[in-house]
Amino acid sequence: MLTTYQAPLEEFHFLFHEVLHASEQEIEGFSELTPEFTSEILTMGAKIATEVMLPINSSGDKEGCKFENGLVITPKGFVKAFDEIRKGGWAGLDCDPLYGGQGLPITLSLIFGEIFSSCNISLTIYKALTHGTYATIYAHGNSIQKNTYLPKLVTCEWTGTMNLTEPHCGTDLGMIKTKAEPISEGEYKITGQKIFISAGDHDLSENIIHLVLAKVPGGPTGVKGISLFIVPKFLVNNDGSLGRKNNLSIGSIEKKMGIHANATCVLNYDGATGYLLGEKHQGVQAMFTMMNEARLGVGVQSLALAEVAYQSSLTYSKERVQGKSLESDGKFSTSPKPIICHPDVRRNLMNQKSFIEGARALTLWTALLLDKGTRSSDKKSYGLASLLTPVIKGYISDIGFDMTVVGQQIFGGHGYIEEWGMSQLVRDSRIAMIYEGTNGVQAIDLVGRKLNSDGGANIMYLLELVTTYLHQSTVSEEIENEFFVPLKNSLNDLKSALKFFLDNGTKNPNAALAGASDFLHLLGVFCIGFMWVKIVSRVSEKKKAGDKINKFLEAKIVTGRYYMANTLPKTKFLATKIKAGDKILMSLEPDQF
Amino acid sequence: MKILVPVKRVIDYNVKVRVKSDGSGVDLANIKMSMNPFDEIALEEAIRIKEAGKADEIIAVSIGASQSQETLRTALAMGADRAILVVATDDVNQDIEPLDVAKILHAIVVEERTDLILCGKQAIDNDMNATAQMLSALMGCSQATFASKIELAGEKIKVTREVDGGLQVVEVTLPSVISVDLRLNEPRYASLPNIMKAKRKPLEQKEPKDFNVLVKNRLEIIETNEPAERMAGIKVSSVDELVEKLKNDAGVI
Ligand SMILES: Cc1cc2nc3c(=O)[nH]c(=O)nc-3n(C[C@H](O)[C@H](O)[C@H](O)COP(=O)(O)OP(=O)(O)OC[C@H]3O[C@@H](n4cnc5c(N)ncnc54)[C@H](O)[C@@H]3O)c2cc1C
Repeated sequence: MLTTYQAPLEEFHFLFHEVLHASEQEIEGFSELTPEFTSEILTMGAKIATEVMLPINSSGDKEGCKFENGLVITPKGFVKAFDEIRKGGWAGLDCDPLYGGQGLPITLSLIFGEIFSSCNISLTIYKALTHGTYATIYAHGNSIQKNTYLPKLVTCEWTGTMNLTEPHCGTDLGMIKTKAEPISEGEYKITGQKIFISAGDHDLSENIIHLVLAKVPGGPTGVKGISLFIVPKFLVNNDGSLGRKNNLSIGSIEKKMGIHANATCVLNYDGATGYLLGEKHQGVQAMFTMMNEARLGVGVQSLALAEVAYQSSLTYSKERVQGKSLESDGKFSTSPKPIICHPDVRRNLMNQKSFIEGARALTLWTALLLDKGTRSSDKKSYGLASLLTPVIKGYISDIGFDMTVVGQQIFGGHGYIEEWGMSQLVRDSRIAMIYEGTNGVQAIDLVGRKLNSDGGANIMYLLELVTTYLHQSTVSEEIENEFFVPLKNSLNDLKSALKFFLDNGTKNPNAALAGASDFLHLLGVFCIGFMWVKIVSRVSEKKKAGDKINKFLEAKIVTGRYYMANTLPKTKFLATKIKAGDKILMSLEPDQF
Repeated sequence: MKILVPVKRVIDYNVKVRVKSDGSGVDLANIKMSMNPFDEIALEEAIRIKEAGKADEIIAVSIGASQSQETLRTALAMGADRAILVVATDDVNQDIEPLDVAKILHAIVVEERTDLILCGKQAIDNDMNATAQMLSALMGCSQATFASKIELAGEKIKVTREVDGGLQVVEVTLPSVISVDLRLNEPRYASLPNIMKAKRKPLEQKEPKDFNVLVKNRLEIIETNEPAERMAGIKVSSVDELVEKLKNDAGVI
């Protein structure tokens, strides 16, 4: 593989300590997160990721998972690498110490999520789903369930999965057919077929804990009749040892476009023993614990791959010599130059850089809001994080994918050849737009649910935060004109789109649904603009204080300037589209297509 | 038994080193620094000896600028019990020469009454390969360099050394200084829980004068150059031509 990757530790340090001032926050446990400490754990985590996970990323893609005698075998080196992560205790980074975790914040966990995904996304997904299973049992399990499963999930001795999708239903969970028949108190017999189950089987752990959505007969119809069950691959005896194999089997594994080293399985449940998790008929809400976490994680996965594409294409653009370029004397060079000299290649690199750095700030800020929400029981922060979750999942994965394609483009024909590694990035990135709810569904969640929840309190809180920021900060005229004014204009675009939804959405939901994806993008573009304003304000603060402004910080100002001038104006275009509503869009009959 | 492991902060082995434009040394500005890989192997061996119940305590020592504290934190996270940082310079570009390092280590060995000193055979920054030998001379004790296998049996240690002709087995009696080679073991990664625990392990800060050592450079750097670029290879058409080239052009046979 010829891709380049070094964990962007300076970036993380700058965002975490300088822009977000994380260790100064009054959040429980945050004062211990000194720059020395975070640098130490990030350095070690990045070392393991680049030395253990990265070397088997390309080989894992080529080899893929195998399905033999009813069992899934992961590619060469995966068992050993997973074991190394397990031994390192990295899986339990933000888990409760009561169950063997390290109790560190979600914000840090997200940074590791990015580094690990950059190095090997397929392997990271096994860990990520296990974490999601942990979080769901942690939030909804009874004490026996917690004591039985959590310690093993924290260490990744056992791994987890989420089982929603069935052959005839993915988005519309109300149509689920998998049945759960009561046997005794809390115990059920699960029968049905689940498809596309990531990490559904593999050789990385001794047991797999499936979280399965199913219907208990006689319950309400639709999503209200769905319950959630813990269905272990091997049943667990009272003393914690493994008992008999549960009545479930793997039907097959899918051949697919990317993430070849992560097994996507058909799972057949034939009267498997399952234990009710949380309340009966409240399964979908309970599963949302897992999905919200996973959605943030998916946005980060996409960002992680965009980062590798950026680093790789940057290296390539400095080495690949092609075409004459304009010299400082105004004449074209006599000999060909590295392609980074050409404005069109620069445009590609600047688009990557300005998106990635801004999007990274957005993911960390959202994680910090979540930490504040959970550790300090700050409802407003938690609400805002939930508003931003579909934006991170949907917008960052849409553009993150584009940015891997941009990286591929910089490689020219070599980008299309497998050997160079850019193709794998594009293939691996594509799934982020589809799973955990398609991006179209994220947009509907944002417009149909998150905007209105608590009477619109979350979006109001965001508007208030931005407005206060724009008015409170005293900045130079230059920063005011180049950063604050464009963000104020963009804020007006956002408000005009919101007003359109408010005026039309109740009468005619399709008017709002038609613009949902555009709105998700509008909010994404806007929030990243807000992040750039924060980043650049921080640099100018440092300048004012007489701190040394190194090349890294200088580049922040220029990159931010590029974003404000070249990307942020998209909000105007998107607002215009949104306000066109559904009239033209929906007027053809299906047979006219 | 106590084991002392000196660890040095050096340019990370993955970093492509660049010579400063004035030739005064290599550029260390904004460069990733890590524990010298040979020292990591020495530390790993010490931890394994302790895990086998044959040592009670591991002390990691680093001598250099205050930034070496990071390296000691890594050592504590890997499994050292406590650490001593000797701040011998405030300039990260200054290398403390082997003789001064050996003198300071000697003073610490005496103070701490350590029997076994495990160190890397050399630091990958300047490849001196001298500290262990000097320390053993100052201590007046046995030494075994370039160890690829270390077996403890009471007061005796059987050491397999990597020498030009192959492997040599020697037996030393404690106290002893052993310098380790690449193939001795594969060092572990510090685990997250151990990094967290290491925050509470003691790290003592000292200065050379606490050990009555005056740090002064005896060597003078005249110039530093990038290694010559490798020349393109050629294809030979026959064995005879190859032999001829090896004899006359390369002069190796
Ligand atoms: C590699 C891979 C791994 C996966 N891992 C898992 C897993 O671990 N667990 C799991 O349960 N599932 C998993 N899935 C399934 C995945 O979450 C679903 O494929 C996804 O949610 C979409 O469902 P679907 O395929 O049935 O598409 P459909 O729901 O049929 O959707 C088809 C299209 O219609 C659109 N659409 C559907 N409904 C609406 C609507 N109301 N309004 C507007 N547009 C709509 C969608 O956006 C989409 O573009 C995985 C899938 C893949 C490919």
